[in-house]
Amino acid sequence: MIPADVFAAADPSSEVGAMTPRAHVFVAVAAIGVLVFIVRLVRRHGLRTKYSLLWISVGVALATLAVFPDLLTVVSELLGIYYPPATLLLLAVGFLFLVVVHFSWEMSRSEERIRVLAEELALLRERAERSGAQVGGTSDRPSDAGD
Amino acid sequence: MHDKDLVIIPAFNESEALPEVLADLRRVLPGIDVVVVDDGSADETARVAALVPGVTVLRLPFNLGIGSALRTGFRYAVAEDYQRAVQLDADGQHDPAEIPRLLEALDGADFVIGSRFSTGSTTYEVGHTRRGAMRILQLALHLLSGRRFSDTSSGFRAFDRSVLEYFAVNYPSEYMESVEVLLQASYEGFRIAEVPVRMNARAGGRPSTLRLGLAYHYVRVLVTLVVRASRRRAAPVAAPTDDEGAAP
Repeated sequence: MIPADVFAAADPSSEVGAMTPRAHVFVAVAAIGVLVFIVRLVRRHGLRTKYSLLWISVGVALATLAVFPDLLTVVSELLGIYYPPATLLLLAVGFLFLVVVHFSWEMSRSEERIRVLAEELALLRERAERSGAQVGGTSDRPSDAGD
Repeated sequence: MHDKDLVIIPAFNESEALPEVLADLRRVLPGIDVVVVDDGSADETARVAALVPGVTVLRLPFNLGIGSALRTGFRYAVAEDYQRAVQLDADGQHDPAEIPRLLEALDGADFVIGSRFSTGSTTYEVGHTRRGAMRILQLALHLLSGRRFSDTSSGFRAFDRSVLEYFAVNYPSEYMESVEVLLQASYEGFRIAEVPVRMNARAGGRPSTLRLGLAYHYVRVLVTLVVRASRRRAAPVAAPTDDEGAAP
């Protein structure tokens, strides 16, 4: 077992988990940047609300950590992790893993839906052409060149 | 209700071989209905198919793969009330003269597979790697379904109405669907029969599998098979007419 103050001893100038003022400002700016970026995506590019909520909560979590960096130390102690940055990495990797798995699932589902739509479209197109040919007497097919 | 039968031809960039296949089909079986499913071809496949009188062409807006092309054909067969259908390749490797034998076999089965390898059919050359990989798939299929199939990749098959209705919704779209679907059909309780058929060398088009990615593709099929098998033991997925797994 490694006592927590090993790190403090190795770096006497700062307590473990504490941030220098410069880092503090940097994290705060990054958190605000994330929030602004997400809000812009929602407003201008139609990001779905469910995803915007997800990433906004990430931004809020980052901002909270920027304001209260001691939170990370508290959480680390709760989880029994001696090195607080490792906690941050662990949470980040775990979170991103879940997000990516979720996206894979959503993509599979979307792909299947697109397939069914395309198949139905082929049937409807044939039916429309057939009835068009009967009514109008033309055998011209609508041009779909150049797609 | 149709008393005619339907031939479903999935085609992807087959404008070279397709006219001859259709002409052959017309000559051998003038009375049969034909639907060509153009799987988003970049060439003239849809146009050359539409030139043949009596051939219906279904055009997919982009390339979806053989599974989806077939499923489109099955949907068409069900919507147009056909009672039986045959799948034929667009590249000319299937002999239309064998179609009546496949359809006859539907008298004692729901799903008939024209096999290159079961006894009685003439020689059809396949490479060593391919043959080995096919053996592995056959073994996996045997372990998972308890049945033996001599040709797991045949695209020369016949279906009766019940199978058409099932496949119109449930035909798989994963790679090498012909293997997966054997497992699926066995689990659904369909009666599957194999009939020996002659097959020609390819008249046109490119083989659907490149050697380069062969191993990857076979692993993929194995995974698909195992997933399919595990689903069966789990709850039935969206199968309203499934009374097999409905017990509490």
